[in-house]
Amino acid sequence: MNKGKRDHVIHYLNNNIRYDGRKKEEYREISVETGVIRTAEGSARVKFGETEVIAGVKFEVGKPYPDSPDAGTMMVNAELIPMSSPDFESGPPGIVAIELARVVDRGIRESGAIDFKKLCIKHGELVWTIIVDIVPVNAFGNLFDVASLAVMSAIKNAKFPELDGEKIDYKKLTKNSIPMEEEPISVTVLKIGDHLIVDPIPDEEKVLDARLTVATLKDETIVAMQKGGELSLSTEDIKSMIEISIKKAKEIRKFLK
Amino acid sequence: MEKGKLLIKDKEVVVPGEVLAQGMSYLPSQGTYRKGNDVIASKLGLARVEGNVVKIIPVSGRYLPKKGDVIIAKVTDINIAGWTVDTNSAYRAMLSMKDATSDFIRRGSDLTRYFDIDDYMVTKIFNVTSQNLVDLTMKGPGLKKLEGGRIMTVSPSKVPRIIGKQGSMVSMIKQATSCNIIVGQNGVVFVKGINPEDEILTVKTIKKIEEESHVAGLTDKIKEFLDKKSKKR
Repeated sequence: MNKGKRDHVIHYLNNNIRYDGRKKEEYREISVETGVIRTAEGSARVKFGETEVIAGVKFEVGKPYPDSPDAGTMMVNAELIPMSSPDFESGPPGIVAIELARVVDRGIRESGAIDFKKLCIKHGELVWTIIVDIVPVNAFGNLFDVASLAVMSAIKNAKFPELDGEKIDYKKLTKNSIPMEEEPISVTVLKIGDHLIVDPIPDEEKVLDARLTVATLKDETIVAMQKGGELSLSTEDIKSMIEISIKKAKEIRKFLK
Repeated sequence: MEKGKLLIKDKEVVVPGEVLAQGMSYLPSQGTYRKGNDVIASKLGLARVEGNVVKIIPVSGRYLPKKGDVIIAKVTDINIAGWTVDTNSAYRAMLSMKDATSDFIRRGSDLTRYFDIDDYMVTKIFNVTSQNLVDLTMKGPGLKKLEGGRIMTVSPSKVPRIIGKQGSMVSMIKQATSCNIIVGQNGVVFVKGINPEDEILTVKTIKKIEEESHVAGLTDKIKEFLDKKSKKR
């Protein structure tokens, strides 16, 4: 890790300003577009400043898992393409891509956002599978929050295709959306030195001590958490990080279409 | 000798592979090469004809190390003979011990005292071999290790616009923001100011120049931008 850069980032934060001129708890400009991919049943393009992520939703039908014969399934997959950042390499998904997909997946799955029981077509034989793909177009920091919002928007945007027996006609979409119960929003808070910040840019992400991604619901229920980074967090740290997450989630929720 | 034929006009946009001139009387320079009788473009950019020399000013692309360039580089490795350095180009660069310092370095001493991994420095290319291996030196005016401050990268083809005619653009930014700015020919820029706000304004200004480098009257526009921003504070 570059100590000189870390000291410089902390020097900025001591002056209550970020590397790009923002305040500590200020998000970049957020924009959400839905239905951007014609060939997917649901899609969304989300931008946080320069960071841009596209999420797509496809449907398949298949056999349910033996331990839950009456529940549909969901798969979240992220591919960090080298075109989106000089730090990404081509090849099989690495640790960063897997963590991103899992954190997004957990936020949605554990919140009970989707009623998987309603995705059952025939008990023990046929259920819907939701396949979510995350593709960063430009990875300029804070992929966790951007991808979470993109996936939530894409799932809300998705419409079931028509089902003829066991075959799906992808050309015909019905008017039915995925049955949603909750709408989790993920906010990642970074700790650098004694400072807590949100929506980091790569310069800040490279020098972080620790980060905590918190997914919350509208009523401030915490549904998922993921800690990253090399250093530990104290109880007070976690408490104030959660507080920031809840506060910021309220702002981001407005952009969820 | 038969007279050569020029197939393009001065300041015309050319693409790689385009035949720029025919005949041996025209000479290939930067961004062009000779194939048989023809001078052919190897880059996308503006063709310039100066006398009988044809060259291309590229509109984009990565940095190609050139002898005599002063660049900003980052240490990526330390080995027995010196330091391996990243120059923001595709080729490997070396800073050997004897070119780094005039100190006597005892065998087996700790080289991180001079340059540690991830340290940035202003350095000069004193040789580029035919295999594009780059040799660097720290001996010369203004060549030093960089401490504090922040590093940003711009497209190397935009570096002349950031510096301006005889350094007019960069000295204007320096005056308005009271920041120390060093622009490396490889597109790496070092900015160091007294307070963060000055540095952020400098970075924003340089980004603006990079974005609008093709606009006519850029200097006036940047002056206006700087005046407006510094009044706000």
